[in-house]
Amino acid sequence: MTPRRRRMVIVGAIFLGVATAVTLGLQGMQESMLYFRSPTEVLSGEAADGRDFRLGGMVREGSVERLTGDLEMSFDITDFENSITVRYTGITPALFGEGQGVIAIGRMEGNSVFRAREVLAKHDENYMPVEVADMLAQQQQPEELSTESSTN
Amino acid sequence: MIPEIGLLSLIIALCLAFAQGILPLVGAQTGKPAWVAVAIPAAAGHAVFVAISFISLTWSFIASDFSVWYVAMNSNTELPLMYRIAAVWGGHEGSLLLWVLLLAFWALAVAAFSRGIPTLLRARILGVMGLISAGFMMFVLFTSNPFLRLFPVPLNGNDLNPLLQDPAMAFHPPLLYTGYVGFSVAFAFAVAAMLSGTIDRQWARWARPWTTMAWMFLTAGIVLGSWWAYYELGWGGWWFWDPVENASFMPWLLGTALIHSLAVTEKRGLFKSVTLLLAIGAFSLSLLGTFLVRSGVLVSVHAFASDPTRGLFILIYLAVVVGGALSLYAWRAPNLDKEVGFKPFSRETFLLLNNILLTAAAGLILLGTLYPLVLDAMNLGKISVGPPYFETVFIIPMLPMVVLMGVGMHTVWRSASATDVMRRLRMAVIITVLSGIVIPVLVWGWNSLLTVVGFVAGAWLIVSSLIDPVRRMMGKGPRITRGMAGMQIAHLGLGLCVLGITATTSFNIETDQRIVRGESVVVGDYTITFDGVQMVNGPNYQAIRADMSVTRAGQPVTVLHPEKRVYAVQDSPMTEAAIDSKLNRDLFIAMGDDLGDGSWSFRIQYKPLISFLWLGSIVMVLGGIVSVTDRRYRLAAPATRQAPVQAATVKST
Repeated sequence: MTPRRRRMVIVGAIFLGVATAVTLGLQGMQESMLYFRSPTEVLSGEAADGRDFRLGGMVREGSVERLTGDLEMSFDITDFENSITVRYTGITPALFGEGQGVIAIGRMEGNSVFRAREVLAKHDENYMPVEVADMLAQQQQPEELSTESSTN
Repeated sequence: MIPEIGLLSLIIALCLAFAQGILPLVGAQTGKPAWVAVAIPAAAGHAVFVAISFISLTWSFIASDFSVWYVAMNSNTELPLMYRIAAVWGGHEGSLLLWVLLLAFWALAVAAFSRGIPTLLRARILGVMGLISAGFMMFVLFTSNPFLRLFPVPLNGNDLNPLLQDPAMAFHPPLLYTGYVGFSVAFAFAVAAMLSGTIDRQWARWARPWTTMAWMFLTAGIVLGSWWAYYELGWGGWWFWDPVENASFMPWLLGTALIHSLAVTEKRGLFKSVTLLLAIGAFSLSLLGTFLVRSGVLVSVHAFASDPTRGLFILIYLAVVVGGALSLYAWRAPNLDKEVGFKPFSRETFLLLNNILLTAAAGLILLGTLYPLVLDAMNLGKISVGPPYFETVFIIPMLPMVVLMGVGMHTVWRSASATDVMRRLRMAVIITVLSGIVIPVLVWGWNSLLTVVGFVAGAWLIVSSLIDPVRRMMGKGPRITRGMAGMQIAHLGLGLCVLGITATTSFNIETDQRIVRGESVVVGDYTITFDGVQMVNGPNYQAIRADMSVTRAGQPVTVLHPEKRVYAVQDSPMTEAAIDSKLNRDLFIAMGDDLGDGSWSFRIQYKPLISFLWLGSIVMVLGGIVSVTDRRYRLAAPATRQAPVQAATVKST
């Protein structure tokens, strides 16, 4: 094989590989992309497509309810303007709690209830999910803005 | 006093790093031997003063000197000594100081173990490393000083994040950083070679062991982090495609490609420009990882603080380092590769394909990692790219790569004979297909086509890595050098990892269960009985511990004790999972909540072959160790080779 032809084969192979990879990648991305939404955004109709998304905010004080002896639970996620009731069956992370930042992954069931398949809480007592922190910062909730940093 | 000594030492080290960076580089370009000679003493002094600085900070932690802000934020008098030392790198400032320390030690190692390397090349390598270090030390001094005093002095500290109070977590950052920073040596080799304008096979031979060592540390660091996430953080998950994990995985992929590209450059004098690009790329991605983790654009357990100045500083630093190296590359690269032919079916081609696939995987992971950040920066909405994307784009290039690896190992340089290779691999293919399909189906049953493909791929790697050693044992094949053995061991390790990943993702059982005290649940073949809970006191925490007895077919297997802990100082709850590990499976129980009526919730998991993942990774690292101990790396350059070889012979007789 002449050097020229070899180079062409190599360049061709690289091009083909990259093109396939990018196409597949972008396709895969469409499917596994999850939007982050606040309760207010959801209530204004942004989650109407029925797809999974990430609902974030704070767990409203006094809203966590658990039927005695059952894994099924419900709580409200609030952005201090609106809140949405979340239903979840399973175990919540150790740092899940009322008045704490939280992200739930799942989709809307009807217009007012969010069915979560996964609940994420923060990693330590100071950290808040970055999207939640940003969202609250935009809403000017000064005393809730403990977002400056985690101390670890 | 001690913290001030630490700060002062760091400033002295910065001055020495500038001396190490500027004088030898200028001296080498302009031909001033006296300037070039500064490199080694400056590197030594630099390392000594960084070490003094690091020891000062460690001392402040051991002595619980809470007048130092950083110590007060990350330690506590109740914290056991081991974790007080690990807390030095438990936060942002200290982990950067660790970065600088490791960089200085790598430079010192290059200075000490590179007698065969020409003075000018060595001076340039040390010079580049000096400049990298100077940039990082300025970052520490201007934006992240760990020695800042706190007034009034608190009576006690804030304690270390409970998640980090774990043996694996004490070692994960040093190992990972040693790997990250180790790629600076390969980077410095590349830049030094481009400055001098000569890149030859000898250069590649010198660069190889350093690159392999950095890769070994990075491998070990990543695996330790994954293992920690598995038992401490993730409720049994071991890889989340979290941006921070990706940040360590991308340099690993490019570093792996670099190792293979260096092999071609050493053996055949080819792929020089690819090798240089990969060396620049691997270190750039290490820096990008540092940027992502440290700038606060990502928030996770790893992201210590969001401070825009820090992010900006690292971004500028990244631009200078990467931009500078790439400009130099653009200037030098066109004259590098001379045409040396090789046939399409040859080891060169397989290694080239390997590098393309690894780079493609790294590029696609980079795309998925940066895409949400870019969208967010342009105010186009907040999205997250989930594991399905990463799994798809990772598996697509990796499966062909694994198949090609098995063939490529048995091809020769320049031009291989396809019929020869087929004949040699015929038995291997039969064994692979039979064992890869039949054994898993017999043990676990049918799952999906991808499962079969995964098992066959893993088995293929293992079988084809074993061909040469087995032939050798039967007295047929040629002698296997350390370099070859290292390669075979590392590939075998990867095969074990593939088997582990396939089995554990395909046949994992995960279930959240409510269990009343005294009752039991059935998970797979196992019956798990909840015997009750008790209170336990730890050194700096209180815990509720459950007693769970496990039986299988009526026979007792083990008793597991998952815990829920509350750490006193930070008042934060923690789940401490209990795991029963066997070679063929892990049983994993994590405690949920008290459901109020005497029952508790538990997450119970059965994970087949997950130990193969950890085992395979260790084997990969072993492969690295074996290959860096190859004798040829200890020999001097060809011109001066005669003498040491004779000396060695004399000694052995």
